[in-house]
Amino acid sequence: MPMLEIDNLSVTLDLPAGPLHAVRDVSLSLDRGESLGIVGESGSGKSMSALALMRLLPRRARMGAGAIRFDDVDLGGLDDATFAGDYLGPKLGMIFQEPMTSLNPVYRIGRQLTEASVRGGKLTASAARRRAIELLDRVGIPEPEARMAQYPHQLSGGQRQRVMIAMALMMEPDLLIADEPTTALDVTVQAQIMELLEDLRREMGMGMILITHDLAVVARNVDRVAVMYGGEVVEAGDAARVLHMPRHPYTRALLGAIPRTDGPARKLEAIPGTVPSLYARPEACVFGPRCPQARPECQESVPPVRGDSNHWRRCVLAAAELRATQHAPEAIERARADVEEIALEAKGVTRVFRSRKGPFGPPHEIRAVDDVNLDVKRGEILALVGESGSGKSTLARMLLGLDAPTTGEILLDGTRVSDMAPMDRAGRVQPIFQDPYSSLNPRRTLAEIIARPLALRGEGDARSRRRKACEMMELVRLPDRLLHSYPSQLSGGQRQRVAIARALVTDPRMLVCDEPTSALDVSVQAQILNLLVQLQRDLGLTCLLITHDMAVVHQVATRVAVMLNGRLIEAGPADEVLTNPATDYTKRLLAAAPRFERDDAQTRDLAV
Amino acid sequence: MTMTDADPAQTDPTQPHAARSAVAATDDRREALPPTPRRLALTRAYGHGGLLIGSTIILLLILTAIFAPLLAPHDPFAQSLSARMLPPVWSEGGNAEYLLGTDQNGRDYLSRLIYGARISLMIGLGAASIGMLIGVTLGVTAGYFGGWIDHAVSFLLTAQLALPGLLLAMALVFIIGPSVWVVICIVGVLHWTYYLVVTRAATQRIRSLDFVAAAQAAGSTPGQVIRHEILPNLVSSIIVIFTFELGIAILAESSLSFLGVGIQPPMPSWGLMIAEGKQSMFYRPWLVVLPGLCLFALVIGANLLGDGLRDVTSPDGRN
Repeated sequence: MPMLEIDNLSVTLDLPAGPLHAVRDVSLSLDRGESLGIVGESGSGKSMSALALMRLLPRRARMGAGAIRFDDVDLGGLDDATFAGDYLGPKLGMIFQEPMTSLNPVYRIGRQLTEASVRGGKLTASAARRRAIELLDRVGIPEPEARMAQYPHQLSGGQRQRVMIAMALMMEPDLLIADEPTTALDVTVQAQIMELLEDLRREMGMGMILITHDLAVVARNVDRVAVMYGGEVVEAGDAARVLHMPRHPYTRALLGAIPRTDGPARKLEAIPGTVPSLYARPEACVFGPRCPQARPECQESVPPVRGDSNHWRRCVLAAAELRATQHAPEAIERARADVEEIALEAKGVTRVFRSRKGPFGPPHEIRAVDDVNLDVKRGEILALVGESGSGKSTLARMLLGLDAPTTGEILLDGTRVSDMAPMDRAGRVQPIFQDPYSSLNPRRTLAEIIARPLALRGEGDARSRRRKACEMMELVRLPDRLLHSYPSQLSGGQRQRVAIARALVTDPRMLVCDEPTSALDVSVQAQILNLLVQLQRDLGLTCLLITHDMAVVHQVATRVAVMLNGRLIEAGPADEVLTNPATDYTKRLLAAAPRFERDDAQTRDLAV
Repeated sequence: MTMTDADPAQTDPTQPHAARSAVAATDDRREALPPTPRRLALTRAYGHGGLLIGSTIILLLILTAIFAPLLAPHDPFAQSLSARMLPPVWSEGGNAEYLLGTDQNGRDYLSRLIYGARISLMIGLGAASIGMLIGVTLGVTAGYFGGWIDHAVSFLLTAQLALPGLLLAMALVFIIGPSVWVVICIVGVLHWTYYLVVTRAATQRIRSLDFVAAAQAAGSTPGQVIRHEILPNLVSSIIVIFTFELGIAILAESSLSFLGVGIQPPMPSWGLMIAEGKQSMFYRPWLVVLPGLCLFALVIGANLLGDGLRDVTSPDGRN
């Protein structure tokens, strides 16, 4: 008998635009000690499903008909007090995405860890303290006793997430729900946390629901997978079977969109369009509008469930009808620096931040970038790799002229950036930022945003600038009708396209992209990466790409430079560095990168 | 695909994805352009009840102030000792000649209220604007540049908050000499702290956002960044503080007038009328209630107008 059974769960959000069907008829079950991965892009309803289970839905969300049974008890029949007392904690534990905000900053770690079990009368104060120290030790926090008296701000992101895990384990839950537990963390830390969760699960015989957008994380860590799209489970079954023999076009497309670290770089299979928001109950296949193999009947009725309980999907296509891949993976010719002309050069660049607490406080120094020598050749894509705090974004700001080095100099086309007139500099190098939600002024329309650099330069009149903005929108494939929209009306991928259009409107010769896809969904990341590579090739742009993702590096970069603690520790051609890293740190980065090796031969056999 | 393939639209026909998205894109492009943001804002304005009521009240008050000589039935300064302290027409002993009664000196209360709208509106709008100018300038500068400028502005703020405002105003008026303009300037100069606190914090937040960095990278000077990127994002909070400060300024004027250093009699202002009526409030409540109601209408109208403007001008049509 399964420990957890969810039958026909539906969640509706009451929005000003009408009821949004965030989750529809989701049925899942989980055995004791089993792990289930729920995978989907943003807006697929994966988090809503988990929140419904924990009774943590936002206020304007309504849970529809359906039953959630835990150990054969219908959770829907319990009142809130009973549920909170008997289930939250001892039976169900949850870990959230943001370790920076999920701990209360004004209480000590110890108090936050022990509070629930002492209040609930499960443990005495001293027993709770002993258990908390034991657990902190188990989750890999050094000096656990001393840590008990510390505040959250004294811990790093990874350590906070470990504390969150320890907190969830205080009551020894039967089922642990982890909602994107590693998304906000650095790659090397991600791998450690996932490993820790897996070990703890086996050790304690817990069930686990792992919610993530990252198929690679799921591939490594769970027994069963449910792929969600548009509020429905479209494919589910044994992890190995779903991921190696995907039978739903969406799963297949999603797998094709992941950049890989093995084999030759190839064009990513971007899924056209965006994840839908469903205001009406669909009477057809939810993936139909984006499906490459859509048929007339897909529009007419909800597709049938095919397959057995070990692996099923909601699709009209029989296994034999699926195309092996949508097209032969097209090898992309990576940019080569044809000429050895140096576009950008950093010579012994050091940046020291000095700060004081108040006007008379003691000075405090941080060496963010330390003696970096780097050159970018005309026409190449140079990837700058490093984890948060490695100084790569500070370096990028200096390369853009937004900040000046403390010592050393930066030469752009042979001229010192600091000596250049702002307009001259702006015409040569332009940025693309990480967070598409903060890189566009929310008070300006797209037309204004894209044409702004032209207006600043005093180029053309309003009419010609408007025309140029339209041209740029076409270049990045944004429809004209968005011309007067505000950024708030756009999806993340669309916003990133606007940022690219704005960067390219003055025809710069170089782009500095600071993690341009890390805030985007996999399928959208594929669209943006393909677009960048294509633009780079067609316009001959030089590109400095800052990223933490080794697969992205493999996908697009010509050369790689690796940064650690403000220093450049390794640089060289991409193939060489990826296959034969010289430093331990690069090896660690490579090993930690969540990878998903798809067995192409197997997939092909299956389709025949 | 070769490296020389320059046209992005000519993607490889063997890729169903790219071909499909290109088709979808051309379909999108054929659609008629949607209404411009200005038109949308106007449509929203017509449907916004609060905005309509607020702007009607403010418009009426402004018209009253402008056309006071035409609207007032009597000379607001003409005293008639035989008709002192007459109650409004609906009370016992009221007189149809003086619709809202008369004050201690037998001046027509309605006419004084109508003329009072001039002074009160001038003081409210003028002082709130001066405060806004000072507060927003200091706040944005301190928030944007930080460093010692921020320290200096913070010191100024602390100093201002530590001083007893009314006492300072009295001293200043006493030194400079009372007149309407002096009162406006002094009340304005003493009411910039809210603007400063709010805009400084907001500027610090906005300054760290990527679109400001993008503007700098595009060659904007600090002035251009502030005007084009930061100020538009502060407008809604500034409007809210302005409507709030409007009422405060008028009340500050009434305190000054009550203490004898504000608007000098016989000039009528609502604040001064409340102050004058206070002595006999229990026997002749209309002397306080009537100007109070006018003040109330002005503040409510300004608040409704401010909230409405904020709603209508924000990009997605709500807050």
